[in-house]
Amino acid sequence: MSEPLLHLVPRAEAQQSMKDFKSDQEVRWCPGCGDYAVLAAVQGFMPELGLAKENIVFVSGIGCSSRFPYYMNTYGMHSIHGRAPAIATGLATSRRDLSVWVVTGDGDALSIGGNHLIHALRRNVNLKILLFNNRIYGLTKGQYSPTSEVGKITKSTPMGSLDSPFNPVSLALGAEASFVARTVDSDRKHLTEVLRQAADHNGTALVEIYQNCNIFNDGAFEVLKDKDQAKEAVIRLEHGQPIRFGAENEKGVVRDPATGDLQVVTVTPETESRILIHDAHATTPTTAFALSRLADPDTLHQTPIGVFRSVERPVYDTLMADQLETALERHGKGDLSQLLAGNDTWTVVG
Amino acid sequence: MTSQVSSEAGEALLGEQRSAPAKPHHGTEKEVRRLDRVIIRFAGDSGDGMQLTGDRFTSETASFGNDLSTLPNFPAEIRAPAGTLPGVSSFQLHFADHDILTPGDAPNVLVAMNPAALKANIGDVPRGGEIIVNTDEFAKRAMAKVGYATSPLEDGSLDGYRVHPVPLTTLTVEALKEFGLSRKEAERSKNMFALGLLSWMYHRPTEGTETFLRQKFAKKPQIAEANVAAFRAGWNFGETTEDFAVSYEVAPATRAFPTGTYRNISGNLALSYGLVAASRQADLPLYLGSYPITPASDILHELSKHKNFGVRTFQAEDEIAGIGAALGAAFGGALGVTTTSGPGVALKSETIGLAVSLELPLLIVDIQRGGPSTGLPTKTEQADLLQAMYGRNGEAPVPVVAPRTPADCFDAAIEAARIALTYRTPVFLLSDGYLANGSEPWRIPDVDELPDLRTRFATGPNHELADGTEVFWPYKRDPETLARPWAVPGTPGLEHRIGGIEKQDGTGNISYDPANHEFMVRTRQAKIDGIDVPDIEVDDPDGARTLVLGWGSTYGPITAAVRRIRRENGHIAQAHLRHLNPFPKNLGEVLKRYEKVVVPEMNLGQLATLVRAKYLVDARSHTQVNGMPFKAEQLAAALKEAIDE
Repeated sequence: MSEPLLHLVPRAEAQQSMKDFKSDQEVRWCPGCGDYAVLAAVQGFMPELGLAKENIVFVSGIGCSSRFPYYMNTYGMHSIHGRAPAIATGLATSRRDLSVWVVTGDGDALSIGGNHLIHALRRNVNLKILLFNNRIYGLTKGQYSPTSEVGKITKSTPMGSLDSPFNPVSLALGAEASFVARTVDSDRKHLTEVLRQAADHNGTALVEIYQNCNIFNDGAFEVLKDKDQAKEAVIRLEHGQPIRFGAENEKGVVRDPATGDLQVVTVTPETESRILIHDAHATTPTTAFALSRLADPDTLHQTPIGVFRSVERPVYDTLMADQLETALERHGKGDLSQLLAGNDTWTVVG
Repeated sequence: MTSQVSSEAGEALLGEQRSAPAKPHHGTEKEVRRLDRVIIRFAGDSGDGMQLTGDRFTSETASFGNDLSTLPNFPAEIRAPAGTLPGVSSFQLHFADHDILTPGDAPNVLVAMNPAALKANIGDVPRGGEIIVNTDEFAKRAMAKVGYATSPLEDGSLDGYRVHPVPLTTLTVEALKEFGLSRKEAERSKNMFALGLLSWMYHRPTEGTETFLRQKFAKKPQIAEANVAAFRAGWNFGETTEDFAVSYEVAPATRAFPTGTYRNISGNLALSYGLVAASRQADLPLYLGSYPITPASDILHELSKHKNFGVRTFQAEDEIAGIGAALGAAFGGALGVTTTSGPGVALKSETIGLAVSLELPLLIVDIQRGGPSTGLPTKTEQADLLQAMYGRNGEAPVPVVAPRTPADCFDAAIEAARIALTYRTPVFLLSDGYLANGSEPWRIPDVDELPDLRTRFATGPNHELADGTEVFWPYKRDPETLARPWAVPGTPGLEHRIGGIEKQDGTGNISYDPANHEFMVRTRQAKIDGIDVPDIEVDDPDGARTLVLGWGSTYGPITAAVRRIRRENGHIAQAHLRHLNPFPKNLGEVLKRYEKVVVPEMNLGQLATLVRAKYLVDARSHTQVNGMPFKAEQLAAALKEAIDE
């Protein structure tokens, strides 16, 4: 395990509290919006991180969730639609003493900003990306999004949407992400634990947060939130633990020896030994990807939450800084006069 | 050197190639003639190495001390179909014993490596010009490919030219037979044979090219020596063959240059150096976010070499991410730069608007090329002026700075950085393909004389509330410049949020208040309008009634045209704009002084539109959009017509 990059960020001098991270701005999300829960969780988690708050930056794009930076008493930028990962990349790669967080939504990150998201993940820039997925366009009042289920009836799709949704976890894994997790807005404890692991990760961490839009897509994740239904629907991933779920913990995930794919079985004395032990640090993303495909995109049954993948991989900012250092070692500090003069000169005397 | 509007010396001598007998040159009994200037064009197939040949001849010429100006012209395709007209690549070089301004209108000497090169270029060579042709390539099929039914070398169509038929390929292969190369490998050195021959003809120094070849092929010493041998064989061929009875001397342009140390430099290189210099003078790290695009990529390549200056270069996934990263770095306290060409600017527009709203320093370097859309990637044009001025949603004013010559790209980059840093604003730097790839001698500046660009980050509260609390207001402006404070992350106590939504004056908090929006729109405009730019200077020795007003890379051709007119006792005043937004404060007054104002541009009249709108002057456009710079002679004729009208 290499040196945590968080060590490059100055620590807070005094003990912080949640209050320190609340800005003086009135929060203007719709009453009942899932964003409030996420904001509270993040503000509550930040003191634990213990970083100097002037060295924390939240960068967002456009959409409901992208108002987030205004409510954090840190540095922040509310940028333009889809471009937050690009802007944050410039900041993170030029200022390694900052803890840079990106707040984005399913439209912002996966539709208009899809290109920037996949390239940030592939480069492994030291960014923590919080992707608020409510499976709908909220700020533009209710059109379907790239994570909406097929056939979604909205104002722009009165006969039902036609396109297949993205699964953000699958997409991130396919884009070479080194850290991918999923959590739910209403599960403060789980959300905080995922944030903790994301913050500790060296490189890009993508955290998909299922977030309820109570105005345009209310109850989209109810099956994962309702206590009784959740037992059957949610698969909690914990590194090193067997992947089991169900009201009686009677279900488990095994690998089909014929296809290599994963499937859910009832745990029996015969199957028990075959139940997969979750390994978030597996070198290849293959099993993580297979786990991400377990969920039914329509009903969300068998939805794994938790950290799918967390591996060490060279971090772009570090590599960039290393190249600058190497250039300094090889050529010495740049001498402007020498650079301007070059090798081929002639002199005119008066 | 072309940094002055008029030169002190030698104006009466310009324009005509004059020759005088000179004393016999040592080491040869052949006649040596002295010329005051020469225009050579090397032309061949895209794969013939004409750009390299031109570059080497340029370097030799620069180190010899001539003034010079170059015009590379090549297809957008990496390897266009061999032997075809669209596949022709050429390099024109104008060099002189005095101050010159352009790569020249018409070549005195054409080196044509194949029939396509001859056909594509012969129209530009005046009768009486010298043509060196590689006869080996004039086979029936190659000639038929470009529409020569009979050989132009034999059918009399080149009568009136001084034609030197040289079997360049055969001679090169012959000269290299001891190197054990395949015929194909040996043939590749034919450009060096041609370079050797031309170097003999014009008494160019040779050490530089030999050193260059040995460095370039350091890992293939056999190829290096073969190229050196071909180069020397070309020189010796000139010296011994009767067909080349005369060689020429063009004396160094000592009088044209102020005292100093010089080098030859292209626009893109000068611009890259200007950015590095600006970063040093501002004491801020340089951060380039860029996506490869012709003709701007050279700047990305160049800056990538200078990591030991603390320069970070980020090759982004697209144009938008390029500027996004640069803006993110600017938020963090870097000198953020993005480099591109017209199509890239189109993609960056939204982020430029964000930078206008955030009021952060940012440089947008647009190396203009032929448009619209993909247009002509390797050809020049000035048609992005209105895009730079107005190509954004909402009222989003951005300062615009334009260099006038290749070497001037250095100073223009520093000036653009000064404005960006002082006024906390994105700034356009509008160069073009002609400046980018063209080159000229440059007096290397003393770094101690470069302007101080240091700026201050905010360090503490800047406002006191009614209750006496000290707070930081990110949009509380400097009363003089209207710039807002630059408070970079990591500064305790100044935590603040900025964004593209309209902000309340002072606090920077989101505000949808109508009166506040009106105020902010007008204030952002006032900030740009109030930028301190130097007055425009007018060169008007004769009290003319007609003014020619230009901007950017047309400086060389316009100045050359003005000299021609004055040589024939015509009266014309000249002014050239570096700052297109805001315009110099005295521009309106200057324009009103003249009965006629002519604006030559490589677009359909964009500057003319701006000055007509702003100053209500009846400016007339003279425009050209053929992908090439103006020719001085044609431009002089157009200006003359305007004067006489």
